[in-house]
Amino acid sequence: MLAACAPQARGEVRVGTTTTVQDSGLLDVLVADFEKRTGWRARASVQGTGAVLAVARRGDVDVVLVHEPAQELAFMREGFGRRRELVMFNDFILVGPPGDPAAAKGKSVEEAFRAIAGARATFVSRGDRSGTDVAEKAAWQRTGLAPSSPWYLESGVGQAQSLIVASERKAYMLSDRGTFFGRRNALALEVMVEPSPRLLNLYHVIALDTAKVPAANAKAADAWVEYVLSPDAQRLIAEFGKDRFGVALFEAAAGKREQDLR
Amino acid sequence: MDLIVTGLADAVARLARLDADLLQAAEASLTTSGMATLLSVITGVPIGTAIGLGRFRGRTLLLALANTGMGFPPVVVGLAVAVVVWRSGPLGELSWSCTRQAMILAQYILAAPTVVGLTAVAVQSVDPGLRLQLLSLGATRRQAMWIFVQEARLPILTAAMAGFGAVISEIGASLMVGCNIRGDTRILTTAIALETSKGEFGAAFGLAFILLVLIFAVNAVTTWAQQRQRPS
Repeated sequence: MLAACAPQARGEVRVGTTTTVQDSGLLDVLVADFEKRTGWRARASVQGTGAVLAVARRGDVDVVLVHEPAQELAFMREGFGRRRELVMFNDFILVGPPGDPAAAKGKSVEEAFRAIAGARATFVSRGDRSGTDVAEKAAWQRTGLAPSSPWYLESGVGQAQSLIVASERKAYMLSDRGTFFGRRNALALEVMVEPSPRLLNLYHVIALDTAKVPAANAKAADAWVEYVLSPDAQRLIAEFGKDRFGVALFEAAAGKREQDLR
Repeated sequence: MDLIVTGLADAVARLARLDADLLQAAEASLTTSGMATLLSVITGVPIGTAIGLGRFRGRTLLLALANTGMGFPPVVVGLAVAVVVWRSGPLGELSWSCTRQAMILAQYILAAPTVVGLTAVAVQSVDPGLRLQLLSLGATRRQAMWIFVQEARLPILTAAMAGFGAVISEIGASLMVGCNIRGDTRILTTAIALETSKGEFGAAFGLAFILLVLIFAVNAVTTWAQQRQRPS
């Protein structure tokens, strides 16, 4: 009886996605539900956005779920992507040590960065061209400052472990809301700045174009794209984290336009 | 193919201009693994000698423990050291998390059993008649042991080099406790993994080349020591 209800087994989708999606815990939930509903199996490879797109250019994945629009648009312009759809979003926040030695709390991101640089307070950067890293570098650029060691640390590890570095070193760090609130209990860090208007962190799904990347599987890619845009997956995304953390870590955005989100 | 060729060309260029990131990673690797090995020798040679020559209860058990220690999974050692040095852990007051000190501690735990185990075997391989001879000539136990260590110095050098070789290529523990911070705790192995994941194959190849040269140097010294020891 159960076997009759289960969807027919179909094959494997290779999904390239980012450490923020995995470290928040959302990836495991999406993969499990996707496999249950569609009969496809999903194999996720997890790196920063820059690295995921590099892997995709080589044809080692069928579809990507990433969060750095400038690199994504270049990827589309070069013809690697067939379709690109907004899936979900959250925003970047500045977190820092209790006590706030640089007096960053309540400022704008740019003012807070200037205060941190002025106080030479420790700041942790991913330093790996991930979506979070690019957003952080862009914010530094807006301040006109060039942060440097020894107070500016480039951690070279994923988002969750970088937050641990910041916690251990009593440092400031730009984080996506999802990973921070997903790990808050293990971290001696507080929210310092919640930028207004929000510093949006947009996640897009891109199916690879088999004309450019013959090794990609178009059917598999479409199965994943259609799943993450489906009402079921969107409800899962919107609810994710509410039970365990008391707050939603992501907001569902299928069918919305970027300019409508702010 | 293209990727490999351009990567190799970039690696050569980086090595030729003595790229700062490459040199920093090499320095960090040599410093942490060198210190860990030095500490392993300082503590491991006396312990290994005592286990090798001693006649006390439990020495077989100690030797078995040292041999087990040679096979410790680096990530398990990394986990253990990480939870101990985190600010919430028992050594939290030291603020060692994400520092070279924590990496040296983890690498020491990985290297010391090798030094202990191989030293024990090395001193045992010295002619046992020598001991009786020395004692009958009036040497104290302590003096006799020192002569044994001197006799076995080349195998002990091999033991030190084996310890160094194990930790210089290690990645799991160093990444977990050192956090791969650029210019500080970013060593050759963790830098190779990071550059590969960023798609910077030139940097990764350059770092890999330096690591291989270091490992070759270690093995060259070991081989030289072993060959010299052969009776002529």
